[in-house]
Amino acid sequence: MIALAVAALASAFAYVAGWITPQRLTSHRIVNALQDNSGVYPGYRRNHAKGVCVAGYFESNGTAATYSKAEVFAQGRTPVLGRFALPGGNPYAPDSSVPIRSFALRFSLPNGEQWRTGMNSMPVFPVATPEAFYEQLVATRPDPATGKPDPKRVGAFFAAHPEAGAFLAWVKTAKPSASYVTETYEGLNAFYFIDAMGKRHAVRWKVVPEATDDAGTGPQAGDKDYLARDLERRLAQGPQRWRLLVTLAAPDDPTNDATKVWPADRRVIDAGTLVIESEQPQESGPCRDVNYDPTILPSGIKISDDPLLPARSSAYADSYLRRTGEEAHIPGTAHASTPSEHP
Amino acid sequence: MNTPNAFHPLARLLHWTMAVLILAMLFIGVGMVSTVSGKHTWLLAIHKPLGALIFVLALIRLGVRLRFPPPPLPADMPALMKFVAHASHWLLYALMLALPLVGWAMLSAGGYPISLGGSLHLPPILSANGETFAWLRESHRYLAYLLFFTVLGHMGAALYHGLIRRDDVLPSMTFPSRGMAASAAPAPVIVTEPTLTEPSPRPDGAPPL
Repeated sequence: MIALAVAALASAFAYVAGWITPQRLTSHRIVNALQDNSGVYPGYRRNHAKGVCVAGYFESNGTAATYSKAEVFAQGRTPVLGRFALPGGNPYAPDSSVPIRSFALRFSLPNGEQWRTGMNSMPVFPVATPEAFYEQLVATRPDPATGKPDPKRVGAFFAAHPEAGAFLAWVKTAKPSASYVTETYEGLNAFYFIDAMGKRHAVRWKVVPEATDDAGTGPQAGDKDYLARDLERRLAQGPQRWRLLVTLAAPDDPTNDATKVWPADRRVIDAGTLVIESEQPQESGPCRDVNYDPTILPSGIKISDDPLLPARSSAYADSYLRRTGEEAHIPGTAHASTPSEHP
Repeated sequence: MNTPNAFHPLARLLHWTMAVLILAMLFIGVGMVSTVSGKHTWLLAIHKPLGALIFVLALIRLGVRLRFPPPPLPADMPALMKFVAHASHWLLYALMLALPLVGWAMLSAGGYPISLGGSLHLPPILSANGETFAWLRESHRYLAYLLFFTVLGHMGAALYHGLIRRDDVLPSMTFPSRGMAASAAPAPVIVTEPTLTEPSPRPDGAPPL
């Protein structure tokens, strides 16, 4: 009977850990699926592996403070540590291989609070749930024989997921940009702003570039890493700027579905200017060991009921532990070369 | 014989409160890192302030233990069993104090804000360093497994004392009876005594710990 009591508690623990239910979707399985698709590059992020660190500040104009009590929206400056990247797990992928770029930001507020966000240069996310995201990863896994996903499996996936229609329609005409700087980056997931009265407002945010030259002109022939060079060149000429725009939802707008845009007539507030002043390679830069978990939020911003958000948080944490473990050469992790050995 | 035959009521209150909190904490921890559902968010939000609370309670409990020494183990217990009992109790104390500190250090090294809810934040106790984070994060995991196994052993041993040996060990932490340890001097702990009263003075001659 004693053994039974102890075993029951131990089994409950194993169940909660997911050890006896391997079919349940866990952060570990999502990151494994990312690795299965791209391969393992020790020390690098399991997704958005290729990127560059940037730093600057956010200059709030105070407008958003009506809707969120977060200090970052009071008039003034907040330091920002960011990262531009390409989606996918291969840190050596050519910049022209995907038409999407991402921009992650960490705002450091004065009292120890942080606001972290990961945005992408696309209007909607392909799928609405972590389960569908996992299925998409499995369906788009490259066939070892051809090195490309099996079109039949990909077709079957998208046929079963009509919610991906808006993304597919966009991606059909999307072209890889020649610059990180000329892109609009969308937060995609909905959040709540909490105002000083405690009232919540459903929002989505994006950053819109001031520089629009070269937008959509496509890659430079023969250069796999043209984005980093373009960024270096532009920053040598001066800081680069984006407007931080916040869209306020109407009461019936979905907050739990990143595949759907909100109608274009929704109120948009201009919260201020994001200024990027410098860049550093990610292998040695300060963004390397930052996990851009989009659920790390200051008081005054809360996550919505979007099911992708907790899944992103959980999977990013798993990826973060794998890559920092590799950097630390923890036994059992893949061997990471020291940062200086990275090409 | 002047040593108490049961744990001080405050020690018992702390023991059972922390038993619930620590078990909950272990399940919250192992659940929140695996799940990708909405539970991840609120489990993570509970984990940090609960860890801080357990740390504070563990410090208080250590003080209570030093002030009110626990009852001795039954004299007829084999020496090895006594050694394991003492060692596992100190291991439990060590882990109750170490896990929250490792968690705090780990979040510091990861560059994370250490939120206890709302805008209440603890300061970092280490500078941000990914490699340090990884070591601390893995330590946090394996120390938590060790704590869970020690708790399982502790529970099994308590049941063994209560159901098989039927000695005074289990009642000394639950409901000590008046007649318990009849050879002892008048029991300092009265069964009907409410749990949270002024600590009764230490019986004369108790070891000055």
